[in-house]
Amino acid sequence: MFAISEAPIDTLRLQHGLEADGAGAVVCFEGRVRNYNAGRAVNGLSYQAYIELAEAEGRRIVEEARGRFEIERVSCVHRVGDLALGDVAVWAGVSAGHRAAAFDACRYVIDEVKARVPIWKREHYADGESGWLHPDGTPVSG
Amino acid sequence: MNYRLLYFASLSDAAGRAEERVASEAGDVRALYAELAARHGFTFTPERLRVAVNGAFTDWNHRLADNDEVVFLPPVSGG
Repeated sequence: MFAISEAPIDTLRLQHGLEADGAGAVVCFEGRVRNYNAGRAVNGLSYQAYIELAEAEGRRIVEEARGRFEIERVSCVHRVGDLALGDVAVWAGVSAGHRAAAFDACRYVIDEVKARVPIWKREHYADGESGWLHPDGTPVSG
Repeated sequence: MNYRLLYFASLSDAAGRAEERVASEAGDVRALYAELAARHGFTFTPERLRVAVNGAFTDWNHRLADNDEVVFLPPVSGG
């Protein structure tokens, strides 16, 4: 399962969704809004997505994880909209028979989502400026 | 032909809008991007962008049809 969510991510509910009788290991990753980036104080973030394509690409990544690793369940949810410090921006969870596959698959999902899914982050800085971020971390004016 | 454009992130800021309809003689996505980059002052070169037509990733030589939905995607920064 992959979804884009405008509402806060309910991590406990998602974690329950990973339950399976054969699941001896559960690994969950939470990406949260932190108060700095590249030496600047950050007050919050806004995420924007091309939702139709983001959900299609996210589902592709989840299916790839199923094919590459011996896992039971896998899901991932990414927020859009305005987020405050500490809010969960992205959640990825995997259950598997053994921990190695659970760790590897969870890492795969979050890395691929960050690299491929059309979602953009705008940082709001403590000095009042804001800017869109790119993978190299340099803000783009706007 | 008429195309529907969606803009995101810094391209949306540069264009001053999230979407628009354009009438254009451009027959493929590369020509359409060149036209829009000149109009809106986009600074990304095509190499830094991905392109999607009608909700699916495609390549820069994709031939366009009337009423296609075209999206130029800046480098992503989710997570």
